Amino acid sequence: MGLITTNTTPSVVETEEIPKIVSPNIIVSSFDLLINWARRSSLWPMTFGLACCAIEMMAVYASHNDLDRMGIIPRGSPRQSDFMFVAGTVTKKMAEIVRRVYDQMPEPRYVISVGSCACSGGIFNTYSTVQGCDRFLPVDVYIPGCPPRPEAFIDGIIKLQDKIKHEQFRWSRWR
Amino acid sequence: MENIEHPENTFETRELNVNLGPQHPATHGVLRLMLDLDGEVVKRCTPYVGYLHRGIEKLGEHRTYFAALPLSDRLDYISSMNNNVGYVNAVEKLFGIEAPERAQFIRTIVAEMGRLSSHIVWLGTHVLDIGATTPFLYAMRERETILDLFEILCGARLTVSYPRIGGVRNDVTQEFLDRLYEFVLDFPKRMDEYETLVTQNRIWKDRTVGIGVISAEEAVNWGLTGGTLRGSGVPYDVRKFFPYDAYDKVDFDVPIGKNGDCYDRYIVRVGEMRQSNRIIQQCIEKLPKGPVMAEEAKFTLPPKDMVLKDMEHLIHQFVLITKGPSVAEGEVYVSSEVPKGELGFYFVSDGTGKPYRMRVRAPSFVHASVLPRLCEDGLIADVIANIGTIDIVLGECDR
Repeated sequence: MGLITTNTTPSVVETEEIPKIVSPNIIVSSFDLLINWARRSSLWPMTFGLACCAIEMMAVYASHNDLDRMGIIPRGSPRQSDFMFVAGTVTKKMAEIVRRVYDQMPEPRYVISVGSCACSGGIFNTYSTVQGCDRFLPVDVYIPGCPPRPEAFIDGIIKLQDKIKHEQFRWSRWR
Repeated sequence: MENIEHPENTFETRELNVNLGPQHPATHGVLRLMLDLDGEVVKRCTPYVGYLHRGIEKLGEHRTYFAALPLSDRLDYISSMNNNVGYVNAVEKLFGIEAPERAQFIRTIVAEMGRLSSHIVWLGTHVLDIGATTPFLYAMRERETILDLFEILCGARLTVSYPRIGGVRNDVTQEFLDRLYEFVLDFPKRMDEYETLVTQNRIWKDRTVGIGVISAEEAVNWGLTGGTLRGSGVPYDVRKFFPYDAYDKVDFDVPIGKNGDCYDRYIVRVGEMRQSNRIIQQCIEKLPKGPVMAEEAKFTLPPKDMVLKDMEHLIHQFVLITKGPSVAEGEVYVSSEVPKGELGFYFVSDGTGKPYRMRVRAPSFVHASVLPRLCEDGLIADVIANIGTIDIVLGECDR
């Protein structure tokens, strides 16, 4: 975890006949480590299925791959979520809504771009498709694939957790 | 005293406009509905589609018939296999070729597996929307088994592109057949598990019986197909009426409903899953021996190992990939039964290697148009049940 913990045996201080336990499990750490630990340990994603990748996203949430064990519980509302999967093709009609949902999320907020379409437009190089959701969103992690495998999803989430772990108050976007 | 208004008139009442979607977990994608509410009663319901319009039809016109096959995966991405089968059947009719018998049986097997996986997702999400979480987790467990089998077969889980024009990409292995047979024998028990949880559940019946009723005549007039139509009691199934692949060689029933409400459509789809299981079992038992690709050098891609050894095959490969096959002018419409309904492909050929026009008759688009008819004068909570019951996929609806 990267935190400095003290000796687990409680140090007992006796004051005027009554023994008093003052420091049974004090954790000494920096704010950065503590905040990053809290932020990355229970990431709640915004469930936002756009196209094919959303079906694979459902498979990741469901019984076989089970994201719950990583503290990841899908939320239906942007107000309660920490990061967003942009899973699927973003069309020009949809882009405005994706951005609005992102703006409704509380800070700190992160974006994982899932699949070829969200990363770069993929095979849909047409008049109606946005060529990558990084045209209008700050993307933190890209997961390539058409659609990515569930393992790739989990790897992408671990990458995001790793990224949050190394954020520092001095330069982080979300200070 | 005359100026005092009657208490009934002191309340100001007005219709409330509620926007449902396009970001909503229960809209199965990016469907947007504008609901005009009078209290809890839906007065008007207007669906807005097009949030996933990717220009698949237009893209198909710029690619050869071979290269447009992966686009059909992305139409109805829950059952890619069925779309592939529909696409290759249409192109084969345009080319005037036919797949070998073994390939037809394999296509039937994989199409029914696709139907199972699609209906499983439908069951899980529909029940989840209405409030039961457990069947979703159970259903996705079975779906993973099917996707693992797809992976053994062709290496992809979701967007498979396994059928080819003139056959299938590769022959099935014995391991695949063994594991599939094991699954097929086990699956009825799993179906019993779902039905124990859902079918006689009182909350489920309260939420679905008598909701979204549409009569048989109206359903036909609206152009409904698939389980949505059969729930109203019309026994129309493309597999029975215009058999393709190996459907005329296997024995299966077409389950139909009676009342045309959400509950009957549920019963129909659950029955279909059992029938799909039967079809797969029969196909594995009857699977004939032989080649899996038609020997039509002008229309089908040559086997890869021969391309590297033989000059003639190399030339065919080069011409088919760069120019596309030389097809006679004409047009063709071929429909197939996908889990959502009747999926039709309409091609107009102008004699070049690319279609002049590729049109997809998507069942989801037709079914989305019936939503106002189902939702109006119902409660707002029933809108979610209605969206689930017509089983739409927006990738196919908007294309």
